[in-house]
Amino acid sequence: MRNAIEVVNVSKSFGAIKAVDNVSFTVKEGEIFGFLGPNGAGKTTTMRMITGLIKPDSGVIRIFGVDILRDHIKAKQLMGILPEMSNAYIDLSAWDNLMLVGGLYGVPKKICEERGERLLKQFKLFDRRNQLVKGFSKGMKQRLLVCMALIHEPILLLLDEPTSGLDVESTILIREVLKKLNENGVTVFITTHNMDEASRLCERVAIMHHGKIIVTDTVDNVRDKTERFKILEVIFDKAADFTELASLSVNGDFNVSGERVRVVVEDVDSVVNRIVDYARNNSIRIISLNTLSPSLEEAFIKLTGS
Amino acid sequence: MSDSSSYYLNQFKRSLLIVKKNVKVYYSKGPVIIFGVVLPMFLFLAYFIGRNISLHEAFPGLLGMTVFFSSTSVGPTIAPWESRLKTLERLICSPISLWSIFLGDVLSSFLFGFLISLIPLILGLILEVAFINYFLIVGVLILGTMCFSAFSILLSAYPPSDMPSTIMMLTSLIRFPLIFISGVFAPLSALPSWGIILSSISPLTYFVDLTRVALGGGNYYPLYLDLIILAVVGVLFFIVAVSIHKHTILKRFS
Ligand SMILES: Nc1ncnc2c1ncn2[C@@H]1O[C@H](COP(=O)(O)OP(=O)(O)O)[C@@H](O)[C@H]1O
Ligand SMILES: [Mg+2]
Repeated sequence: MRNAIEVVNVSKSFGAIKAVDNVSFTVKEGEIFGFLGPNGAGKTTTMRMITGLIKPDSGVIRIFGVDILRDHIKAKQLMGILPEMSNAYIDLSAWDNLMLVGGLYGVPKKICEERGERLLKQFKLFDRRNQLVKGFSKGMKQRLLVCMALIHEPILLLLDEPTSGLDVESTILIREVLKKLNENGVTVFITTHNMDEASRLCERVAIMHHGKIIVTDTVDNVRDKTERFKILEVIFDKAADFTELASLSVNGDFNVSGERVRVVVEDVDSVVNRIVDYARNNSIRIISLNTLSPSLEEAFIKLTGS
Repeated sequence: MSDSSSYYLNQFKRSLLIVKKNVKVYYSKGPVIIFGVVLPMFLFLAYFIGRNISLHEAFPGLLGMTVFFSSTSVGPTIAPWESRLKTLERLICSPISLWSIFLGDVLSSFLFGFLISLIPLILGLILEVAFINYFLIVGVLILGTMCFSAFSILLSAYPPSDMPSTIMMLTSLIRFPLIFISGVFAPLSALPSWGIILSSISPLTYFVDLTRVALGGGNYYPLYLDLIILAVVGVLFFIVAVSIHKHTILKRFS
């Protein structure tokens, strides 16, 4: 099996900000790969380097073996791209937008028209094809952008937060199409800060934080690892010196505000017993006790202590 | 066909798609119409009306002004508009090189300038301005419009603004002084020597001078020199514009 994307020791700084810091990962042909991380993690910058928009300061990126810096035209021809916060031409109709992009990828006119019709129907835009994009809702615009990314039938699809801020119907439609495309062999690279989306769609994910990749693994493994950890939240009836409880945290993450204490724990049972002992010894009462499941990124960020 | 010639052919075809897009999207924008059509018309009327000069004398200036303003009115607005409306990133993600994109921008600026400039040319023909060589005047029109169109995309290269109106203002700050030093309002031969030296830095000077050749005289420089300068300067404008855009374009995504 070929590698669809190879990212090797890639770094990129903007002035003093290290947006991407020595990142390496590989996306295999035929998989849906999720790229997760909180805002500002460096996902878009990484994506822009993969799509040949920004030159890395160092490192190598290959698309199906083609070095993006050596032959960007050839590499770009293989990719269907949906950039974050991009737009279609609002002064053109949906159809004209689609034909423009098809032409830019060198799709012959006849084939382009056939595909255009099929795609617009699939994305429920065919009836509005001759209207200017100006009048489209956000969801319709985004669906059109997905059509534009698919018009040359790319073998690799890269989408930067494709469903962020979108209506439910468009979101479901886009996810369904991605699944179907993947079944037909298209490799998908998707950036998201929504773990739920990643676990529905992806086989493997990488989690990025502060420009570094913290983990690359299957969704199941990531979930197993993170589900071992819980955030335990205890509220006592009065504030006291809680420093003794800090040792309960498995990663040193210990948070006190007033009567409320939060610790990251692995073995809930033993920790709860120790907290009950603590309360009894110090004659304070426990008002409430909760376990919160951290999101995947949260868990990993906490575990790495960053 | 060799690999590299088919590469260039494909890229050129994509430039033509850019032209088609620009025609549909940008030709009808307000600033383009105002700075490209309305402004040169008013400038000319202000200059022509109430003065005792023949159309024959005024024609090189009229044509020069129209060509210069119309061919520099589309080009500078494209890049700011594409950054503002967030269409640029999507465009650059497609398999088209930067020079093909800007070639498309130059060609669409050219087409606009050429079509608008046909108006005074045809008007001149109807009012029997006596050209001694019709091929020359059309050739000169094409060459000049190309040169100024290349100049027009240089105008938007720096600063990498996403405000079309700001760029149009800055552009006007450069365009107006050039109009006044280019022998538009008086033939070069009537200028003092410092005026000749000053005028030699403006490419419009050579265009107006060429128009005088086509009208049968009153030119200052020899024909071949005017032609070479316009062609070389046009190519230089294009190369410099693309290399500056290459550096500033990243600032257009945020
Ligand atoms: N063009 C740019 N100029 C300066 N800083 C940038 C630029 N693009 C991104 N950054 C910075 O790089 C970091 C990573 O940003 P980004 O890649 O957009 O993250 P994400 O997509 O994960 O939210 C942020 O700190 C951001 O401010
Ligand atoms: Mg982002």
